[in-house]
Amino acid sequence: MEATPLSGLGLSPARRYLPQARRQEAEVAPIVSVRKLRKSYKTGFEALKGVSLDIHKGEILALLGPNGAGKTTLISTICGITNPTSGSVRVGGYDVVRDWRAARSLIGLVPQEISLESFEKVADLVRFSRGLFGKPPNPAHIEKILKQLSLWDKRDARIMTLSGGMKRRVLIAKALSHEPRILFLDEPTAGVDVELRRDMWQVVNDLRASGVTIILTTHYIEEAEAIADRVGVIAKGEILLVEDKAELMARMGRKELRIELAQPLETVPEALAAWSLRIGANGRSLVYDYDTRAERTGITSLLNAMRDAGLVMTDLDTEQSSLEDIFVGLVKEHA
Amino acid sequence: MNPYAVRAIFRQEMGRFFRTIMQSMISPVISTSLYFVVFGAAIGSRIDMVEDISYGAFIVPGLIMLTVMTQATANASFAIFFPKFIGAIYEILSAPINFVEIVLGYVGAAAVKALFIGLIILATSFLFVDLTIAHPVAMVAFLVLTCISFALLGFIIGIWAGNFEQLQLIPLLVITPLVFLGGSFYSITMLPPVWQTVSMFNPVVYLVSGFRWSFFGTADVPILASLGAIALFASLCLAMVWWIFRSGWRIRQ
Repeated sequence: MEATPLSGLGLSPARRYLPQARRQEAEVAPIVSVRKLRKSYKTGFEALKGVSLDIHKGEILALLGPNGAGKTTLISTICGITNPTSGSVRVGGYDVVRDWRAARSLIGLVPQEISLESFEKVADLVRFSRGLFGKPPNPAHIEKILKQLSLWDKRDARIMTLSGGMKRRVLIAKALSHEPRILFLDEPTAGVDVELRRDMWQVVNDLRASGVTIILTTHYIEEAEAIADRVGVIAKGEILLVEDKAELMARMGRKELRIELAQPLETVPEALAAWSLRIGANGRSLVYDYDTRAERTGITSLLNAMRDAGLVMTDLDTEQSSLEDIFVGLVKEHA
Repeated sequence: MNPYAVRAIFRQEMGRFFRTIMQSMISPVISTSLYFVVFGAAIGSRIDMVEDISYGAFIVPGLIMLTVMTQATANASFAIFFPKFIGAIYEILSAPINFVEIVLGYVGAAAVKALFIGLIILATSFLFVDLTIAHPVAMVAFLVLTCISFALLGFIIGIWAGNFEQLQLIPLLVITPLVFLGGSFYSITMLPPVWQTVSMFNPVVYLVSGFRWSFFGTADVPILASLGAIALFASLCLAMVWWIFRSGWRIRQ
């Protein structure tokens, strides 16, 4: 197995980031394996600059990145819409170029743009997709999907009579029509109202529960936070980070408490040694890092101890590192 | 082979046809009837006979060919251009289907539609003129081959076209003149010798001539030349389609 940019210790990302219980499952070959994938367009633009990425069976992976980062190109190449310039992609063990038929049968794709024929009826389009992916007709399955996506009442409606959100659901229904093992959602909630967004997240969770692996791209960080198991950050055609969301959240859970002091300090007083404090700028503040999700943050006792030590506070300020900070930091660093 | 995909594409395209039944079926019938009135009744009454055939009957094969060629081209070009235009092509490109299956679905449906229209015009003709078909099997074979070849040509145009204007361009600038100058309404032998020679470079002449032979047993060019011409035309289109999918030209980057 070739190393990914993240496997500095020679461990696969799976080993590093997945909890013990899920590691064993992940030891099974990844369901999507991207290796040193490059894609240059005829214009000379290099959309992907050697991307390597493993996607595990049954997970939800969120790919975060600014516009033009290469998210859509990555998905398009995995799905067979664009040809890779170099590198390889395996889906379910099948090479997407050599065994394209087997690989593509496993994939459902929900595109970013709404691209549906206005005059067609909902159910006809969904049946069409199922046939296109080589599956025999199965009215029961189509009915199940349409009901799951609250489209059953609209099954005989023409696309042009539907709202934007409904159209997006039709795209999802089409992608699910052939019972894919892997579902790609390219910006599924772009321009979608809050209610529909929550509905979509619910659908995604239900799908994951049924064993479908889901990859979604988004530039909404809260979306990644809400539903992803792992988060990948992509910018300028390179994967900057792929990490378990829980670990990212742990990093994000860190908060910094800054206590402004009336009198400057040279060192942290002996009485406050129990809290790992730092002296801030000019010695006029104390900085305390803590975990918001810990049972005891230690803030109350710290403030009590400071009062007992006779330190006078002038102001308090807290700051949280968010996924957004990490994301923006990474992308900036790279730019 | 992915027969379900071929069926899905075929059914969707036929669905479009039946959804727009007025446009796709009634309008060719009406325009053909008008041709009969104008050419058959008005002009035909002055021409009388062409090669011992009444002028009204003489133009039937040409009229059918004219409509079938334009319809097959228009249907196939639109069928593949439209998904490109609205973006739905992503699904075709990401589906487990190869180019043979895509072509079977789209070109098959376009050819069947054109064949339908051709047969309806033939039926309509019986209302206007006295008509016998000398070689029915050859007639059907010529009709089917023409439908398929021009649907293939339409498919190529649909892939090439970047906008609606280009979609209309080739049919308008190339196919319509070739068809009108291809002996649909006259016998090539009626032309001055120079134009007879020029006409020999028009592929449509061979198709119309062969098709007319299957009705009346007489032809402007040898029947084998007609067969050869249509076979060549179909092969050229097939080769072009194969190259398109091979290189991903205008569809896959």
